[in-house]
Amino acid sequence: MSLKQCEGSRAVAEAVALCRPEVICAYPISPQTHIVEALGEMVKSGELQPCEFINVESEFAAMSVAIGASAAGARAYTATASQGLLFMVEAVYNAAGLGLPIVMTVANRAIGAPINIWNDHSDSMSQRDCGWIQLFAETNQEALDLHIQAFRLGEELSLPVMVCMDGFILTHAYERVDMPTQEQVDAFLPPFVPRQVLDPDEPVSIGAMVGPEAFTEVRYLAHAKQMQALELIPQQAAEFRKIFARDSGGLVRPYRCEDAETIVVALGSVLGTIKDVVDEMRAEGHRIGVLGVVSFRPFPLAAVRDALQAARRVVVLEKSLAVGIGGIVSTDVRMALSGLPLPTRTVIAGLGGRAITKASLHKLLRQAQQDELEQLTFLDLDGKLIERHLLREKQMRRSGPLAENILRDVGVVAARIA
Amino acid sequence: MPFQPVKFYQTGTFTVGNRLLEPEVRSVQANMQRTNSLNSGHRACQGCGEALGARYAIDAAMNASNRQLIAANATGCLEVFSTPYPETSWQIPWLHSLFGNTAAVATGIAAAMRAKGRRDVRVIAQGGDGGTTDIGFGCLSGMFERNDDVLYICYDNEAYMNTGVQRSSATPPAARTATTMPVGPEPGNVFGQGKNLPQIAMAHNIPYVATATVADLHDLEYKVKKAIGIRGAKYIHIYVPCPLGWGAASHDTIKLARLVKESGLFPVYEAEHGVVTSVSRIRKRVPVEDYLRLQRRFAHLFGKVPAVATIARIQAMADQNIRKFGLLEEGTHS
Repeated sequence: MSLKQCEGSRAVAEAVALCRPEVICAYPISPQTHIVEALGEMVKSGELQPCEFINVESEFAAMSVAIGASAAGARAYTATASQGLLFMVEAVYNAAGLGLPIVMTVANRAIGAPINIWNDHSDSMSQRDCGWIQLFAETNQEALDLHIQAFRLGEELSLPVMVCMDGFILTHAYERVDMPTQEQVDAFLPPFVPRQVLDPDEPVSIGAMVGPEAFTEVRYLAHAKQMQALELIPQQAAEFRKIFARDSGGLVRPYRCEDAETIVVALGSVLGTIKDVVDEMRAEGHRIGVLGVVSFRPFPLAAVRDALQAARRVVVLEKSLAVGIGGIVSTDVRMALSGLPLPTRTVIAGLGGRAITKASLHKLLRQAQQDELEQLTFLDLDGKLIERHLLREKQMRRSGPLAENILRDVGVVAARIA
Repeated sequence: MPFQPVKFYQTGTFTVGNRLLEPEVRSVQANMQRTNSLNSGHRACQGCGEALGARYAIDAAMNASNRQLIAANATGCLEVFSTPYPETSWQIPWLHSLFGNTAAVATGIAAAMRAKGRRDVRVIAQGGDGGTTDIGFGCLSGMFERNDDVLYICYDNEAYMNTGVQRSSATPPAARTATTMPVGPEPGNVFGQGKNLPQIAMAHNIPYVATATVADLHDLEYKVKKAIGIRGAKYIHIYVPCPLGWGAASHDTIKLARLVKESGLFPVYEAEHGVVTSVSRIRKRVPVEDYLRLQRRFAHLFGKVPAVATIARIQAMADQNIRKFGLLEEGTHS
């Protein structure tokens, strides 16, 4: 093992390289670019071989190349974000349906319109039902580690795995990481032995049509595999600990939840900020804790329930919005808590890169402790802007493009960033 | 195939009998050892040109690759009629992923083979005209541009047949489809600029582009064999009549494929690195009307008042092909 200071994207690229991928395909989209740039350089220099690095013409092609490569028995990897993930959706579902253990990094970023390159979880969340396993990294170290676990998990189950890491916040942050050795990774990750493979010596037809007579069973098996993953993920995290001597992955990660009255549930890098706030509030005597969800798909209903059931209230802070209802993560959390008299509040925060500050969290969580939070709260929502726009729409039919109007009302953008 | 003086095998046909050819150029189909890669029992319609074309092409590719072949297949008739689970007609490793990504899937297979050092395995992508000229066009162009080691075969039956005969960008002018009905002042499909995929493929400067029809087995097999022997991106566009979609008699599939070439409407040629290297000469020129009249999709041109002007425009397209490719010139290869 070696400690090194490097960008999150570089750390992930090196971890992926240690997993001996055979085909990597890439189409550039911020903030995923640095990962595939680094891998491209490693392949071109000969440092990573045998491996084919393919510059494709779209994300749809990226996932399709990965599908072909994986079906031909190669360990395949790609990375994307935001619009790129949406552009490849048809192939994303297809990879899961075909049972191909592709590993993909999603450098989480908002979805337009309005176009926005900054971080939130809308992209990954839009694919929560596509059949992929979805793991969310809290730190660069965990992002690195989850990729190593993802290949093993996916190949064990014949399922593709999405490793979600916050765009810019993690991908572009320089942090110290503990980079494993090739020997460690080889000890953890055996060579890929596919269940089905395109082989001229044993020809099979893959991807043919299934009618109503068996489609339900095929879909059930997809669900059953994810249920198996609920058992495998903690096992693999334990084995990972043995070889790499640190905790990474697993289903959920509670922090100071013992005796907590209020537990905040969140995914990804914002957990770090929340933990800091929790530490400060604990120091003031508040009984508050955090539950980080690492595995969003499969969603660990039992683990979440176990971790939360002793609390008096739950606040789900999520970087995604199900327009027309509210939260996405919180819906799943409520499912985990069904039957328990445990009020659960949804907080939508950090959309499109809006900073989630400690000051805002302190205010929010104090309100939560007083049971003053609404069912659905948008953190740091500028109510005046909303009112102005609604008034404008009321006053005139041709009120103009919404995004431009709001920006004009905001004024100098740089001055707004706290 | 190289120039071969025509020896009449059966009176009134252009069929070159196997027994008159050198053993190495005899057809794969005539060989008892052929692989039947698309085996019998599939669910294609009677007289399906695509089933015939795929069988010819894949058997030839299997022969040329020493049976080391993997194919990616686009969604469409070929996929649906060949593989309703748990049945499959394919005797080769075969993958269907999506409608629009076949060229990219094949790129992935070829990349995997390279990474594994399997230089002997050859990779084919195949689809209909919709999967090639429309929805799969982006991935196809990307595969060409990167010069990936894939042979892409388009079986062109000039419309979306699997979904019920809707217009594609390969549908010819005036043709009736479910979305270009023979009604209104300009019945049938519009006269556009067309989307000539073989020419677009040539514009990518890929090592090999060819067109073929199911009427000329030897020529088709020769082109597939040649393509399999070339590293890099290859494209073969095979003209495959569709009795159901065209409203043609099942027994006219070969005849229509011959007439489309003999009229000049579908030029049959080869090109290497963007340059035409050989064309199949028209042996006995026919007016486009001979071709059009056999198909119900053009029936509206031959009503009580024949659409003389429309037929003339189609004839002009054939004439232009004849001039452009020198289809009547002496001395060109057959």
